[in-house]
Amino acid sequence: MILDADRFLENERPIWDELAAQLERLENNPTGASTVAELERFHYLYQRTASGLARLQANSGDSAAMRHVEMLVARAYAEIHQRATRPGHWRRTLRAAWQWLSAGFPQTFRRQSAAFGLSLALTIAGCGFGATVLVTVPDSKATLLPFSHLQDKPSVRVSKEEAEQKNKPDRMRGKKTTFAAELMTHNIKVAILTMAMGATWGLGVVTLLFYNGVILGAVLCDYIRDGQLVFALAWLMPHGVIEIPAILVGGQAGFVLAGALVGWNNRESRRRRLAAVRNDLASLAGGMAVMLVWAGIVESFLSQYHQPVLPYPVKIAMGCVELGLLCAWLGRGGKRGGA
Amino acid sequence: MAVLETNQLEIETGDGITFSLQLAGPVSRFLALMVDWSIVTTVVILLSQAIAYFPFIADDWKEASMAIAYFLLQIGYGVLFEWRSGGQTIGKKVVGLRVADVSGLRLSCSQIMIRNLLRTVDSLPVFYLLGGMVMILNRRMQRLGDIAAGTIVVRVATEPLPYLPPGGGTRVNSLKPYRALAARLRQKANPEAARYLLDALRRRDALEPAARLAIFAEMAAEYRSLVEFPEEATLPLTDEQYLWNVAEILFQRPGSK
Repeated sequence: MILDADRFLENERPIWDELAAQLERLENNPTGASTVAELERFHYLYQRTASGLARLQANSGDSAAMRHVEMLVARAYAEIHQRATRPGHWRRTLRAAWQWLSAGFPQTFRRQSAAFGLSLALTIAGCGFGATVLVTVPDSKATLLPFSHLQDKPSVRVSKEEAEQKNKPDRMRGKKTTFAAELMTHNIKVAILTMAMGATWGLGVVTLLFYNGVILGAVLCDYIRDGQLVFALAWLMPHGVIEIPAILVGGQAGFVLAGALVGWNNRESRRRRLAAVRNDLASLAGGMAVMLVWAGIVESFLSQYHQPVLPYPVKIAMGCVELGLLCAWLGRGGKRGGA
Repeated sequence: MAVLETNQLEIETGDGITFSLQLAGPVSRFLALMVDWSIVTTVVILLSQAIAYFPFIADDWKEASMAIAYFLLQIGYGVLFEWRSGGQTIGKKVVGLRVADVSGLRLSCSQIMIRNLLRTVDSLPVFYLLGGMVMILNRRMQRLGDIAAGTIVVRVATEPLPYLPPGGGTRVNSLKPYRALAARLRQKANPEAARYLLDALRRRDALEPAARLAIFAEMAAEYRSLVEFPEEATLPLTDEQYLWNVAEILFQRPGSK
């Protein structure tokens, strides 16, 4: 039996138009409040439209009308069964951001600490590999460290930079902010890539973390062998104690994603596994971005200054303090009576 | 939830309602992306022009602001628009697409963040080649970011509610006086076939004349076999006129005689 489609459309059109208007209002003003009466009306409109859709599906041949009504029902369904996370008032958003920064992110970090451990282990393995290769095959330096400023002998670079700073104490004058911005954006992109590589079932994350470790290990080994450990620590620690853990957090997020994709020893469906870690991934991504903003500022405004402008013990001490605060934040944040 | 043959995702809600969403393909999604890229690029160019008019800002700060603005636009544009505009960036709005949750629910902030952050991998090695290939192989047309975020991109139905266009049949429907036969036709007609009939009549102008004649002849023969109207009612009618009259009987318009 076929429905009298035009008469049906004529009767139902006002209801559908009203629902479409309500949806438009809700979608364009997600922070706006609705009264109980408005919500009841909206629910009635949804139910009436859904029942109209069922009639169209069962009886009518009108596919264009059906597509129109289906889209209305889909939008209303999403609106009614929405999740709690909607854009809110900016004050509420700020409060939520602070809550996440002080408690949410550290809690996520600890919840997924196994993935962080894996990131750390891979980076250390890379460090060991880089250092071993540099020691056993000294000619491999150009391949291991393909950066022009690292090609000199470390002691030559140190004496050159210290001499430069004697003549021109503020060598970064007029370009500090740009440099900081470039560092932040570049490092955040690298960290995002590390995280996103989790989509390759973790293979990309393993590669990136190991390669990072190789470079770090080779640089440190090169400076230690040349007796420039103090310079290296003073140069790297102020920003590195935040930057390196941030990249590791990127790797951590990548492994969490990969773990959900692979689903080893997990009988849930892939969709459920991914849904379960989605908030953690977003939280880790946000946390690593915040860390890298700080690291970028420190690297540009502090790390580039050496003795005599900035004594090495001061820089190393600052790195230690930052590391301590980072450990306190990630280790205690969000715990009762924690940071 | 099931993926139908015609790139549609059927969703059955807990309260027994079933609706389908039409999945967007790689071409329309790429078009939307192009529009969004153009917008981001234009905004960056305008910003860099505008900032030059502030001589009291040091060059260092100008360059830094531009680097950060470009980065934020690249990453934040998609996140912000999809969050604030119900899953639509400007490009998606222009092309008629929308990001939706794979279960038909509203998008959460973390879903939007993840699908946008994972563009980094989807865009590898160039021009979203990896994401595009994954999308083609995936039944729900999802790129890697969509799979991780549990999202799909659907077409937004923009067509208005249709009516059967007037004037296609004869001025007086010669089949209508035979009420018993008309009632039998309504009873026997298959809703699915009637849907094709209505679509064919609406799109008659888009069909090649030869194809139109062939299609209408086939459809008319089908309906003629269902119910046999007397010769005086059908003889003067072309196949197309016959089908318009049949459609009018099946989808009776209010006020029609």
